Amino acid sequence: MKDMKIGVLGLQGAVDEHIKQITALGLHGITIKHPEQLEQIDGLILPGGESTTISRLINRYGFAAPIKEFSKRKKPIFGTCAGMVLLAKELSASADSHLGLMDICVKRNAFGRQRDSFEAKLDVKGLADPFSAVFIRAPYVESAEAHVEVLATYNEHIVAARQEHLLVSSFHPELTGDTRFLELFVQMVTEYQESELIIS
Amino acid sequence: MEKLLGTETVKRGMAQMQKGGVIMDVVNAEQAKIAEASGAVAVMALERVPSDIRAAGGVARMADPRIVEEVMNAVSIPVMAKARIGHIVEARVLEAMGVDYIDESEVLTPADEEFHLLKSAYTVPFVCGCRDLGEAARRIGEGAAMLRTKGEPGTGNIVEAVRHMRQVNAQVRKVTLMNDDELMTEAKILGAPYEILKQIKEAGKLPVVNFAAGGVATPADAALMMELGADGVFVGSGVFKSENPEKFANAIVQATTYYNDYDLIGKLSQELGSAMKGIDIATLAAEERMQER
Repeated sequence: MKDMKIGVLGLQGAVDEHIKQITALGLHGITIKHPEQLEQIDGLILPGGESTTISRLINRYGFAAPIKEFSKRKKPIFGTCAGMVLLAKELSASADSHLGLMDICVKRNAFGRQRDSFEAKLDVKGLADPFSAVFIRAPYVESAEAHVEVLATYNEHIVAARQEHLLVSSFHPELTGDTRFLELFVQMVTEYQESELIIS
Repeated sequence: MEKLLGTETVKRGMAQMQKGGVIMDVVNAEQAKIAEASGAVAVMALERVPSDIRAAGGVARMADPRIVEEVMNAVSIPVMAKARIGHIVEARVLEAMGVDYIDESEVLTPADEEFHLLKSAYTVPFVCGCRDLGEAARRIGEGAAMLRTKGEPGTGNIVEAVRHMRQVNAQVRKVTLMNDDELMTEAKILGAPYEILKQIKEAGKLPVVNFAAGGVATPADAALMMELGADGVFVGSGVFKSENPEKFANAIVQATTYYNDYDLIGKLSQELGSAMKGIDIATLAAEERMQER
């Protein structure tokens, strides 16, 4: 696990914040600015930022196909906020979708504008104590297919979920000093590495 | 589950989500859509861009709320708007309208020449300009959740933004290396709140995001500011006063993301058409310099 390399898509947004948390766990955090760097990493984080901006840069710099390939190999991907929007198969009230990898329908800016951004304590499946979640112009999962596991809800809206090797959160664990949510992702990467060992 | 609105984390975090991005000045819905399509992370809704404010003279105030609303309805990215320095009511009006960020801006004519807004009292986050660490720390002390260099707005001349970015970063480095017993005197010299300076010393960096602003006119200018340590870039007159705004907007966004890929910036800078016409700072009389506000 000490050799685990986790990449953070470094096109725009809160990239350093994720790298700092990865480093705090004693792992290697790599800022991904070129598609070929995806080869070096065991797990990928799509950070918070502006989903429209990140999506345009993903397309312009040829990231879409390599990220889909990364996912096809069941390598874990974690999307926070904008990352959740990017991973969704469907966007509410919009014909667009971005990477379309996860069987969820996501509503953008679902809680309102910036003045409605908030912090709240959340119960998260897999974490013993509540998690201080920071929601910034956050999306939520409006609907999810049956095989998507709901990890947390806020006012009955899904704000964290997992589907096989894909993890999403509406909120920003990287803006807190609490690494427990990231550790859930690290656990997924460990499981992937172990399954690869069995295959090989 | 208790819901906390407008906390420091939520306000500063909003600016953290803008990092590595470009925020563009727009004066109508059509420009806002061009900005969004080019990959801007936010737009600043204005009645006039700074170079036109400069040309028009007179008192520059908060934009007509109709323009701000039109822009808010046109795009899904965050919308910022400017309030005059110290103008409590303009700021409250923009907050009530649901603007995502307020720029307490020297581009507009100040409403108060002595006091800035107490920004911690608002739910909406604020960005403020700074030329040095003293100014930066005072604005943070008042509750600014984001900073930007002042530069010299509406000139298309990067020289002042460079000066301000270098100055703030050099002063942060100096404070970081200082002994604890030197810090109070430094606070006095800089005119900076001691507690904020102490936080900066401990963290080795500013506690909020710091963007470049005030003179960015080309993709290379944007990349230069990133190279100097800016977290992102505001482009005021640079995009919509250029010959081909769409191309310019696209090129500036990409140059900001890949600021140290010089081959790419060279390619992006080809056949862009002419940039906005600039102004040499030396030709500006002291009273025409917005940064002194």
